[in-house]
Amino acid sequence: MIALEGLTKRYGEKVAVNNLTFEVRPGIVTGFLGPNGAGKSTTMRMILGLDHPTSGAVRIEGRRYAELRDPLRTIGALLDANANHGGRSAYHHLLCLAQSNGLPERRVREVLDVVGLSAVARKKAKGFSMGMGQRLGIAAALLGDPRILMFDEPVNGLDPEGIHWIRTLMQRLAAEGRTVFVSSHLMSEMALTAEHLVVIGQGRLLADLSMADFIQRNSRAYVRVRTPERERFLDVLRSAGLTAMETGGTLELDGVAAEQVGELAARHGLVLHELSPQQASLEEAFMRLTAESVEYHAHSDTPPAGERAPWGADWKKG
Amino acid sequence: MTTERTQQIPGQAPRTPSYVSPIPIRQANLGHALASEWTKIRSVRSTMWTLGIFLALVVVLGCMVAGLIGADTYLNAPYTMPAFFGLLLGQMCLVSLGVLVVSSEYGTGMIRTTFTASPQRHRVLAAKIIVFFLVAFVTAAVAIAVVGLYTQLTVDAPSNPAWLPTVFKGALYVSLMGVLALAVGSMMRHSAGAITTMLGVVLVPAILPPFLLFNESLVDVAQFVSDYNAISALSLIFEGSPSTGHGGAQTALLAGLTVVACAGAFAAQANRDV
Ligand SMILES: Nc1ncnc2c1ncn2[C@@H]1O[C@H](COP(=O)(O)OP(=O)(O)OP(=O)(O)O)[C@@H](O)[C@H]1O
Ligand SMILES: [Mg+2]
Repeated sequence: MIALEGLTKRYGEKVAVNNLTFEVRPGIVTGFLGPNGAGKSTTMRMILGLDHPTSGAVRIEGRRYAELRDPLRTIGALLDANANHGGRSAYHHLLCLAQSNGLPERRVREVLDVVGLSAVARKKAKGFSMGMGQRLGIAAALLGDPRILMFDEPVNGLDPEGIHWIRTLMQRLAAEGRTVFVSSHLMSEMALTAEHLVVIGQGRLLADLSMADFIQRNSRAYVRVRTPERERFLDVLRSAGLTAMETGGTLELDGVAAEQVGELAARHGLVLHELSPQQASLEEAFMRLTAESVEYHAHSDTPPAGERAPWGADWKKG
Repeated sequence: MTTERTQQIPGQAPRTPSYVSPIPIRQANLGHALASEWTKIRSVRSTMWTLGIFLALVVVLGCMVAGLIGADTYLNAPYTMPAFFGLLLGQMCLVSLGVLVVSSEYGTGMIRTTFTASPQRHRVLAAKIIVFFLVAFVTAAVAIAVVGLYTQLTVDAPSNPAWLPTVFKGALYVSLMGVLALAVGSMMRHSAGAITTMLGVVLVPAILPPFLLFNESLVDVAQFVSDYNAISALSLIFEGSPSTGHGGAQTALLAGLTVVACAGAFAAQANRDV
């Protein structure tokens, strides 16, 4: 169990984390989502006592991190895959960590086995590929067989097989009753892994809800239609009290079942080239949720006018 | 998929009891930290390089010089005296290693892993200091002793001063210099910056006195700097006479500086973000 209370971090003028209050519970995978620069890594560093909050506090099973007497047994973390000395072998990297917490040496060999690095255990970490570095970081997190696990973007640099592996690993860890807290910018990735979601943007809490709730609230269901008799079809819809949104060459109908549309078209002898029920992707829902707080927009030629909050709207709200 | 899962009701207790690991729990202590730091220092190439070069400098240079020195010199100098020349240069190896022991962790990001595993930061730094000091001291003592033995066995000259104490004093001085470097490295967190700073600490006081003498009011300062710089200190340890002393005061000054720098390093790391 991790509990944050009014956690705030200011770097000079910049508020990286702004008054975050939430809990991460055991037994499930909790996804921590936010766009680039939202403050996910900063929050995680504060949870681990590496960065000191400007105000607010973090409690790990009711204690401050610095008060943990057996830290690796309590919480294991992957912050940055490169958080090791490149000149040291994977084995010695894990061994010095194990020794610092009085863990038996056999744990080193066990976790090397779990992450599949046994064959390169004596190789220097600087020769590792990105995915191997990530696996070494995960091995370090698992070393103390901890009750809480925290991963900052663990799928970075992993191949599809590796991604599948880490996904199942996280779910297994959670099923064993552990607290699993994992950050990502990919909603689609989280939809497959996480049961609970915490979403932040520009350091502020935007959502703290179950994945099921998020899907239910945010996924727009609609029916997509393509027809060569566009005008006549729109007339028919209007007389039936339905409206359609035109997007490109297709029409999108909200709040109606595909069957209904099909029967309506058949009754009026309309030709349809496509009739399909659609679900807006969770990625779109996530982008809508964080749209106002995205800090580093890529420059596109046509900014979605009206959708974005006007300049300064943010601080007025705050 | 996710939708099939049972929904978590807010506020409800978790369905599964918290995980209990079969591994026995041990409270981490200084002994664990020492074992960890020992593994760290012996598992990187830079340790082998710096200590290897140190040994080569002191032993090879010392044994070469031993025969070149006039036999009558040894009447008033210990057999370990030839080690002085290698130590002058070699102390920079210990300085580099001292800096690297800490700053390489900051440079690579390892420090975050270290402090996550051991949030008691003072314990980590204490273990680093102890392990580094012992490694440096033993290496330096062995190097000086080898030179002393070699000289005693090969040089056909009588020597009055006992050489064993100089093994201890010489090794102590250069190891303290290394610990000072470690503390500086911990405060600066930057390898190149800290090594350069330490190069200044060792060399500037040795070069400075003539320049200080341009100003009359600085004569006392010049005398002090010339008596207490690192090079004078080492030379006094190996060639001191009853009138000049045997470097005890110089070693005490360095020890004092090292204690102050270490206190600074402990204070600085306590609340800084890493
Ligand atoms: N040490 C620091 N000094 C100054 N600003 C910082 C520091 N660390 C983070 N920041 C700023 O705080 C904000 C949050 O950064 P953080 O790395 O926590 O974001 P993130 O959510 O992890 O982003 P990403 O998804 O890109 O990893 C950013 O604007 C960043 O520039
Ligand atoms: Mg990040």
